[in-house]
Amino acid sequence: MQTNTEINTASKRFEMPNVKKPKWWIYHILVGGFAVLMLYPVIWLLMSSFKPSDTIFVTAQSLIPDPFILSNFAQGWEGIGGNSFGVFIKNTVVLVIITMIGQVISSAVIAFGFARLSFFGKSFWFALMMVTLMLPYEVVMIPQYIIFSKLGWLDSIKPIAVPAYFGHPFFIFLLVQFIRTIPRELDEAATIDGCGTFKIFYKIILPLIRPALATVSIFSFYWTWDNLLGPVLYLNSPDKYTVSMALNMFLSNETVSNWGAMFAMSIVTLIPVFVIFFLFQRHVVEGISTSGLKG
Amino acid sequence: MSARALKQNMKGYAFISPFIIGFLAFTFIPIVASLYFSFTQYNLFASPTWIGLENYKKMFTEDPRYWQSLKVTLIYVFAGVPLRLGFALFIAMVLNTASRAVGLYRTLFYLPSLIGGSVAVAIMWRNIFGDEGIINLLLAFFSIPDVRWFGDPTAALWMLIFLSVWQFGSSMLIFLAGLKGIPMTYYEAASVDGANFWQKFTKITLPMLSPVILFNTIMQTIAAFMTFVPAFIISKGTGGPLDGTLLYSLYLFIQGFEFFNMGYASAMAWIMLIIVGILTAIIFATSKFWVHYESEGGK
Repeated sequence: MQTNTEINTASKRFEMPNVKKPKWWIYHILVGGFAVLMLYPVIWLLMSSFKPSDTIFVTAQSLIPDPFILSNFAQGWEGIGGNSFGVFIKNTVVLVIITMIGQVISSAVIAFGFARLSFFGKSFWFALMMVTLMLPYEVVMIPQYIIFSKLGWLDSIKPIAVPAYFGHPFFIFLLVQFIRTIPRELDEAATIDGCGTFKIFYKIILPLIRPALATVSIFSFYWTWDNLLGPVLYLNSPDKYTVSMALNMFLSNETVSNWGAMFAMSIVTLIPVFVIFFLFQRHVVEGISTSGLKG
Repeated sequence: MSARALKQNMKGYAFISPFIIGFLAFTFIPIVASLYFSFTQYNLFASPTWIGLENYKKMFTEDPRYWQSLKVTLIYVFAGVPLRLGFALFIAMVLNTASRAVGLYRTLFYLPSLIGGSVAVAIMWRNIFGDEGIINLLLAFFSIPDVRWFGDPTAALWMLIFLSVWQFGSSMLIFLAGLKGIPMTYYEAASVDGANFWQKFTKITLPMLSPVILFNTIMQTIAAFMTFVPAFIISKGTGGPLDGTLLYSLYLFIQGFEFFNMGYASAMAWIMLIIVGILTAIIFATSKFWVHYESEGGK
């Protein structure tokens, strides 16, 4: 530590005369301006959703809706085929909750096995799991579809929800990393007190990995909420559509040019994503920084 | 095996059994099945008929759309991934300062990545690049002639690449975490020795970040190869104009679920698996020349 301080002061002594005071305001104008530019499309989408459909592209250069209308939301909310957008939101929320419960519980159980128990063939299974992490979904998509169609699961959420109960490699990996940081002394102490393996998992580990479980839940929500391929493959009846599927249908039905309604519903589907992010920002950022979860 | 060891093993397997069952049911059996289907003609309604290597032969010799989809995907991957990672690293370095506003900027730059996978964003992208969209207004402002993003296959592909680069945020977060992990003393020592910015970047930052760069490159390459949603939404499921946005996954989807050529689509999936495997192997093989793993205690 002392050498560090010495180098520190040394470097300061050497550099001080040359270094100009950093121009922070230039930095903030450049970086902040660039941030606004990056987000401009989203802001444009939001503002356009308050414009009448026929003026959206005529007044594309202006962000201020004039006249400001809310009827796009009412129109979009009417939905497709007699199902209001509320139905699609309800469907998606149900799917998200069922999937999330499955992924969180199963991934935690599996991660505990990998992180804390020793058994024959453990490294083999762990390596296998890491390989499946890199496996393109397309390779299993066709046979999975065939299997689920033989099971009579088409046009239901089962093909999307059931696999969630068998763990998700990314989440298992993240939780294994997290459990490894918990001192083993805790387990040992619990064993001495007469706790069995399951009790150690349930009473000791599970409460301690709550932050990681939160991260897993959030990403589970995002991925299910955004999932389009699953619903496109497996959901046929409009009354079962999720929001991403409904938006997709909006686009394909895009009669004449009801942009306003489509933009309005796009905004509606983005709101939960933003809200969850701002509530749990720390978990999201840590999840990505520490394990490379794709955001 | 003693009774105790047996019990230990049983416990272990009990905990990871969901993974093993799921792996067998949803990964292993489907992969083997897809290999079998790739040698058959199968439309889901009649039973599969064995046709040997016919699907592969057709794919490579008689299907120009297949080559088109491969070409488009490789351009998408090899232009998109380096641009996205380069951009992510650049912004991460810009944000790696002591300023208090960095947290806010980090959030703002991450947002596109957060929402990027959604249908809503693909719809948005479709519209800002439309003939009357704001991108063309912006080009007009700089007196650049309009680009017909939906009329020209190359322009349409670049529209997809831009969308992928726009979502650099998650890579940026990983790079930021990596940059924070580099001890300041390295840079200070280098300054003492008179190193300039470029020398510090190439001799300290890049080597120290190289494991993170490797990880990012592999994961992003695989993910880019599998891209489906934006191409599906922006081209309304057609891969148009003139197959300019016919990414591999989209063509596979069209073959499988529009034409119900399950056998052909399975063959495509297997070639995709092989290509992704080769790409990953190449990246790993080159990594020993550029990835620097720090041993315990630094240096």
